[in-house]
Amino acid sequence: MAVEQPERDSYTGYLTTGHEWNGLKELNTPVPRAVYFFLILTFVFSVGYWVLMPAWPLGVTYTKGLLGIDQRNLVAASLQDAAQERSVWTKRIETESFAAIQSDARLMAIVRETGHTLFGNNCAACHGADAKGGPGFPNLTTGSWLWGGKPEDIFNTIRVGINSTHPDTHVGQMPAFGRDQMLPRQDVIKVVSYVYSLSHPGATDVDPAKVEAGKAIFAANCVACHGADAKGNPELGAPNLTDRDWIYGGDFNAIDTTVWGGRQGHMPTWEGRLSALDRKILTLYLVDKRTPRP
Amino acid sequence: MSLFGFHYRLERKAIGLTLAIILVASIGGLVEIAPLFTIHQTVEDAPDMRVYTPLELAGRNIYIREGCYACHSQMIRTLRDEVDRYGPYSLAVESKYDHPMLWGSKRTGPDLARIGEKYSDQWHVAHMNNPRDVVPVSVMPAYGWLLTTELRTDDLGLHLKAMRRVGVPYTDDMIANAAVDAYAQSNPDSPLADGVTKRYGKATTLRAFDGQPGRLTEMDAMVAYLQVLGRLTDAATKSTARAEAGQ
Repeated sequence: MAVEQPERDSYTGYLTTGHEWNGLKELNTPVPRAVYFFLILTFVFSVGYWVLMPAWPLGVTYTKGLLGIDQRNLVAASLQDAAQERSVWTKRIETESFAAIQSDARLMAIVRETGHTLFGNNCAACHGADAKGGPGFPNLTTGSWLWGGKPEDIFNTIRVGINSTHPDTHVGQMPAFGRDQMLPRQDVIKVVSYVYSLSHPGATDVDPAKVEAGKAIFAANCVACHGADAKGNPELGAPNLTDRDWIYGGDFNAIDTTVWGGRQGHMPTWEGRLSALDRKILTLYLVDKRTPRP
Repeated sequence: MSLFGFHYRLERKAIGLTLAIILVASIGGLVEIAPLFTIHQTVEDAPDMRVYTPLELAGRNIYIREGCYACHSQMIRTLRDEVDRYGPYSLAVESKYDHPMLWGSKRTGPDLARIGEKYSDQWHVAHMNNPRDVVPVSVMPAYGWLLTTELRTDDLGLHLKAMRRVGVPYTDDMIANAAVDAYAQSNPDSPLADGVTKRYGKATTLRAFDGQPGRLTEMDAMVAYLQVLGRLTDAATKSTARAEAGQ
């Protein structure tokens, strides 16, 4: 193997690689200085970074960096800053009564905006983005509330939930009168006819004899929860059967399904997930939503 | 430059160059990954953490089978807006029993790391059956067949065994009773239900997840899994509280 002699190209002044392909020679052009410069710059930067930020593993621990930066502390600080910024109005919502906040137009404007976001993130999945609910999930804008419609009641319901995992949860259950054989099939049809007639006065599509017979069955089986006037009982979460607001549907077949198979709705507790402030904002948001604004 | 002189000489030796490339390319991996085996400060302690029950593990397998991870992440990052929206940021220890982890890399739907017990079982069933029934603007596909497909349980013990091979502390008792426990967890009134509580702890949720107490469907497994996400340990809640108190 011949010793390769560096050969300088006379035109560019650079060395060649010494190879020759059919008379063509390859220049060995040096890397431009700017590239060296930026390469050195990135090395210098990384040395600074190693010193300032968490970087090197040291067996069972690692270098923490002079700046002491920790992503977890950063997010905690930014959450605190945000809470601090909002404290101008959050303090008032936390301490003032529902009535006082409701009469303050500026606070209520904030409640509508913040409440909308909170509702969208947490409640809208079941109750709908417009709070109008859907089959199986209550409409929150009608003003008929299973567990009481005062702001304090709504606040408490959001806190403990319904048939939830919270120790103080609201517990409510509509028994399965048909499936569990508490009433024979014919009696179920009679009492369903009666219940249907309550919210559909003057309806011609049910047999008046069955309605009349259902009245007695209702008195014997249903009044304990729904009341003699069938207007429900917020202590037990028993719905008013005389209005047109139905969670599971108010036509004959839907009522029949409910009486036959029972119902047990479930609302999660929000105590562990949302702060008392957030829950109060949501309460005010809902109370405001059912009050038609001029 | 002598450094380049060295490189010129190296370039002429094929095997030497290959070895040098492997050596240099592995530095990044060694520095990033190897220390995780010795530095335990980066993973929090969660002594109270429980393992997935067989039913929840079956649900996890369905989650993987249906590719849920392609649209849903299970990783809340340390960013203010994520903590505001989803809850406490995810900790490494929370994925301790996830083989493989399902952190995901893209969110077409929301993050699910803290979805457990956020919504009711009825909602999950209605949503899985047809997402548009409860969320009109949803683009999620419907998974209605989960409600009618019987869950396969005969191989659950083997799934538990496989998990034990990679470090999940399932006991022989758990493995032997896997199929029975899967059935009992979705039938709280069955006499077998006590066994689930005994083996997996009092905090285990026993419910007819799909609303049909007599049947064990894939929907039972799926909802059981979704309802336990973020609830195997409360280490994250504690850690956020500590950080907010400035400790």
